[in-house]
Amino acid sequence: MGRYILKRLLWMIPVMLGIAVLIFSIMYICPGDPAASMLGTGATQVQIEAKREEMGLNDPYIVRLGRYLCDVFLHFDLGTSYMYGTPVIDGLMERMQYTLVIALSCMLMQILIGTPLGIIAATHRNGIADRICMFIAMLGVSIPAFWLALMMVVVFAVNLGWLPAFGVGGFKYYIMPCLANCLAGVATQARQTRSSMLEVIRSDYVTTAKAKGLSERSVLLKHALPNALIPIITIVGNGMGMMLGGTVVIENVFSIPGIGSYMTSAINSRDYPIVMGGVLLLGLIFSLIMLLVDVVYAFVDPRIKAQYEGKKRRKSHA
Amino acid sequence: MDTIKKDALLSVRHLTVEYTSEGEVIHAVNDVSFDLEKGKTIGLVGETGAGKTSIAKAILRILPEPPARVKTGEIWFEGRELLGLKEEEMRKIRGKNISMIFQDPMTALNPIMRIGKQIAEVIRLHEKCSKAQAVQKAKEMLEMVGIPGERYYEYPHQFSGGMKQRVVIAMALACAPDLLLADEPTTALDVTIQAQVLDMINELKERLNTSMVMITHDLGVVAQVCDSVAVVYAGEIMEYGTKEQIFDHPLYPYTKGLFGSLPDMNDDAERLSPIEGLPPNPADLPKGCAFHPRCPYATEACKQAHIPLTDMGGGHLCRCCRVSEIAKEGT
Repeated sequence: MGRYILKRLLWMIPVMLGIAVLIFSIMYICPGDPAASMLGTGATQVQIEAKREEMGLNDPYIVRLGRYLCDVFLHFDLGTSYMYGTPVIDGLMERMQYTLVIALSCMLMQILIGTPLGIIAATHRNGIADRICMFIAMLGVSIPAFWLALMMVVVFAVNLGWLPAFGVGGFKYYIMPCLANCLAGVATQARQTRSSMLEVIRSDYVTTAKAKGLSERSVLLKHALPNALIPIITIVGNGMGMMLGGTVVIENVFSIPGIGSYMTSAINSRDYPIVMGGVLLLGLIFSLIMLLVDVVYAFVDPRIKAQYEGKKRRKSHA
Repeated sequence: MDTIKKDALLSVRHLTVEYTSEGEVIHAVNDVSFDLEKGKTIGLVGETGAGKTSIAKAILRILPEPPARVKTGEIWFEGRELLGLKEEEMRKIRGKNISMIFQDPMTALNPIMRIGKQIAEVIRLHEKCSKAQAVQKAKEMLEMVGIPGERYYEYPHQFSGGMKQRVVIAMALACAPDLLLADEPTTALDVTIQAQVLDMINELKERLNTSMVMITHDLGVVAQVCDSVAVVYAGEIMEYGTKEQIFDHPLYPYTKGLFGSLPDMNDDAERLSPIEGLPPNPADLPKGCAFHPRCPYATEACKQAHIPLTDMGGGHLCRCCRVSEIAKEGT
């Protein structure tokens, strides 16, 4: 298992390199001139040209790419923000806590609310409980997060005054952003859990478990659910990616100073180092979560664990 | 067959099971009655879809409800009527007094639970013993079916099909049940393994004095393990008797057809002689005798009314209106 994790960690290096090349190229193609936006509207063409030369923007693509990759992967330096003049890595670290709090609590809600909803729906198939759960899930999948966020602000912040409309602070500030961001995840989770459970409930080993004389509850929790979890785990991993992406929108709606809003403002002002650094950081977090998901797989399903350990075992026998 | 035999371990009376599918009613089991004495084996013989598995699942009350429904019938087991029991009472019987071996060992075991634990689970559930004792007993059960005890900690994917079926058998016999429902236990296995598994079931059954309902479509299996035979066609028992009666003097045209379709080693026939036609659609059974569209002996009378079982002597029952003519022809 340790060997597998190490291998996966090493694999992340080419993945991160790929992300870096891609995002750098996209930013290179993007129209707009960072030098011009730094100097403001009053700057003359000569001043801008001098600034471009100073920032190294006039160098050829390949030289700039090489310099960037060299900085990031050899010196672990994401560069300096054009706008703020501070290191990008500091800016990201400072803001990461807000994004992570939202993304992780959304993931938690997805697991803790979505899974039980799906189980209830599956065990009461075609009953009233099933219909209610699936109606909620359908709404959750269809409602866009930003719209829900705005509606919640209107109702709970403006009209009722229960919750703060924007900014960061205590627990209260996170309620609306998390709710808005997690809804789609909860809904997807509920639907996936339901279909996965329904499939497992029909399988032969569940009948075997019943034939042993186990109670309905034991059959569900000990035999059906652990088997149904396998496809559900994938959804959790994908959901986490979705939540991380979703924070970009949600942070803007609620003015939360997280990575998402940091990146959007950087895109507007052509502050390339921040955009690239942010994408790299999100990519890294996502890759780590996918690795975690794969490790969790192995603990749930011995067949997958055997695959991971297969090569090692064969080698030790040889 | 209306009175309940005193010495029978299991008496099934007028069992009728229906499935509802998209508004259609499928008559899977129709008015099935039979008795099984302690230590004996009855074979339920018939082709796929004849309702054999539904009979077994109805006895254990593990039919998927809905869509399945036991419409009428009584199932008497050791003096108790199973269909009327509370679910909690029935749970105590499942796995302890009655257990079942399933057709496909590949899917009958939970793929993510250690096989030993799956056996220990049923022991823990029905016998008052500590966890360690249950583990010990499970290992003994594994040894009994010819699997080394140390394989307790392995998972189903580490076993071959035949080995998995042994595990399923160990699980079914772990609490020394009075009745074993074996649903085509050898169908999914290759021929050499089939023989091994059958021998093992036979030996263990005798050692534990277990009665058995053997569901199969294989007459060879019937010959090897059964005492009596019920031929099931379209959810109905068409012929019923001891193994000798059925094998030596098959009366019902379908039974005759089954024997006729077996290849004969002494014969140089180029082709097998199958029963012409297909089994009827259980959602739309033919009026009268369910077998009449395929029956070489069918007359107008067969298409008219439902035909009762006739006793041809010595408890050899046959559901055919021309049975006396057929019996004469045979001798």
